[in-house]
Amino acid sequence: MTLLKERIGDVQLRVMDNTNWRKPVYETNGLNLWYGASHALKNINLSINEKEVTAIIGPSGCGKSTYLKTLNRMVEMVPDVNISGNITFKGNNILGKEMPVEMLRSKVGMVFQKPNPFPKSIYENIAFGPKIHGIKNKATLDMIVEDSLKKAALWDEVKDRLHKSAYGLSGGQQQRLCIARCLAIDPEVILMDEPTSALDPVSTHKVEELISSIKNDVTIAIVTHNMQQASRISDRTAFFLNGEIIEVNSTATIFNNPNDRLTNDYINGRFG
Amino acid sequence: MEYISTNRVARKMSARLLLNNLSKFIFLLATFFGIFVLGVLIYRVVSQGIGWLNVDFLTGRLSTQADRAGIMGAILGTFWLMMVVVPVTMFLGIGTAIYLELYAKKGRLQSFIQTNISNLAGVPSIVYGILGLTVFVRTLDFGNIVLAGGLTMSLLILPIVIVVSQEALRSVPQHLSEASYGMGATKWQTIQKVILPVALPGILTGAILSLSRAIGETAPLVVIGIPALLLPFPGSILDKFTVLPMQIYYWTLDSSLMAEYANLAAATIIVLLVALLILNSTAIIIRNKFQKRY
Ligand SMILES: Nc1ncnc2c1ncn2[C@@H]1O[C@H](COP(=O)(O)OP(=O)(O)OP(=O)(O)O)[C@@H](O)[C@H]1O
Ligand SMILES: [Mg+2]
Repeated sequence: MTLLKERIGDVQLRVMDNTNWRKPVYETNGLNLWYGASHALKNINLSINEKEVTAIIGPSGCGKSTYLKTLNRMVEMVPDVNISGNITFKGNNILGKEMPVEMLRSKVGMVFQKPNPFPKSIYENIAFGPKIHGIKNKATLDMIVEDSLKKAALWDEVKDRLHKSAYGLSGGQQQRLCIARCLAIDPEVILMDEPTSALDPVSTHKVEELISSIKNDVTIAIVTHNMQQASRISDRTAFFLNGEIIEVNSTATIFNNPNDRLTNDYINGRFG
Repeated sequence: MEYISTNRVARKMSARLLLNNLSKFIFLLATFFGIFVLGVLIYRVVSQGIGWLNVDFLTGRLSTQADRAGIMGAILGTFWLMMVVVPVTMFLGIGTAIYLELYAKKGRLQSFIQTNISNLAGVPSIVYGILGLTVFVRTLDFGNIVLAGGLTMSLLILPIVIVVSQEALRSVPQHLSEASYGMGATKWQTIQKVILPVALPGILTGAILSLSRAIGETAPLVVIGIPALLLPFPGSILDKFTVLPMQIYYWTLDSSLMAEYANLAAATIIVLLVALLILNSTAIIIRNKFQKRY
């Protein structure tokens, strides 16, 4: 009986503090990043947990995109970047030379601010990822394309024009296509950098619904300037300021009673 | 406080509109000057040469007798020359452009190479002829065969092909390659599957236009030493050869000896112009076809 009570207490504790009991996919420890001489990320410590949506908020230029691009090592394409510290993806150090970036990125998709479909057909856009990872079988590709488009809730809108140009789609559809393109490589994490900032409210809503519907299967880290969006869709929120993390907490805490005065000022629009 | 007074605007208005129309007229005039000269040129050439243009002329062998001379040898020579120039410039030109634009680290060495390539594009063609003579004809001892001429011509247009291809590669939006890298594509996969398909129309257009330069060029071949009266048809890139513009050059040179040679030159110019027209149209068609697809 006492044992049972203890267990219930334990479960309740976990449910109440749902911020950090899930398994971390990404763990960042003491990360610093410099663009040339400018110190863009300062001693970042953050974990991104499995099958959660982690929102990254903060004023312009505080390093949100930089952090996101560090997670899939795209930031290293900028000349003159220096990184110190430690990031692990599922326990493996990603900043060292052990894991080829291509390997990492086949598990971690990225969605950009501006929809960036390839100048190819809708079908070829989705099939791109599977093809570069070696899938040649037409039937398999067909299945992946259909499946990914369905997950992205785009199938009904495009099933009659799969072989037409992706550029014929609206901006919102293009962005959902880009998410579908990510889903096609069956990623464990999707990094999204302001995915709705170029979209109208209706398309934004659709993308948010899409995020909610896939979050049971993939871990999502999303950068957003839209406070409502962060509070609507995310489980945890990290507040960045001037290259530092000011506060990481459950989204409810961040938006209802943040620990830090700066967080409070920011979410209430007093700066930024 | 009023900064822009309506009165002042009205006063100046007619002068501004006049200047506006005048500028349009000046640019129109500039364009018409070019078109007019071209028109005169084409009229002169066609009226002089069209009577000499017939099947015998196109398929015949060279001859000192004007009414028996044909230009099949020169046509074949131009063809074989292209068989050397096209693969060499495509491979070296696009390859160099890909390396410089997509692989080379931006730095001193890269900008040094870049500057030199741009400068090479401006070097007079006769200098390339001297280079070709020294390197291909004499040092490598090819003699004045198609291969030597083709390599020389390749060197001549290579800088242009490189620069144009670089331009085309650079104009591929960065967000496309980012999307590809973001999915885990390697650099080569990204180049092959994303960057090249987008850049290809630009590259091909530039390459074809450079080829038409190589087809019309004479100076380097004069230096290499092309025989004025070559009777056998070239059958491979290892044969001696002549090309259409060389034939025009020699016939024009000799028209003081025999007036009909000028007519033969005119007829040959028509053939050359038609060939260039076909090439340039192909360039335009390729560009439009690829651009419309997506
Ligand atoms: N390629 C680069 N080279 C040099 N400095 C850069 C580069 N990219 C970003 N920075 C600098 O690093 C800092 C962080 O930039 P970052 O793009 O990560 O900000 P952000 O939080 O995403 O801003 P925004 O909300 O405007 O997108 C800024 O000061 C920016 O000027
Ligand atoms: Mg950003």
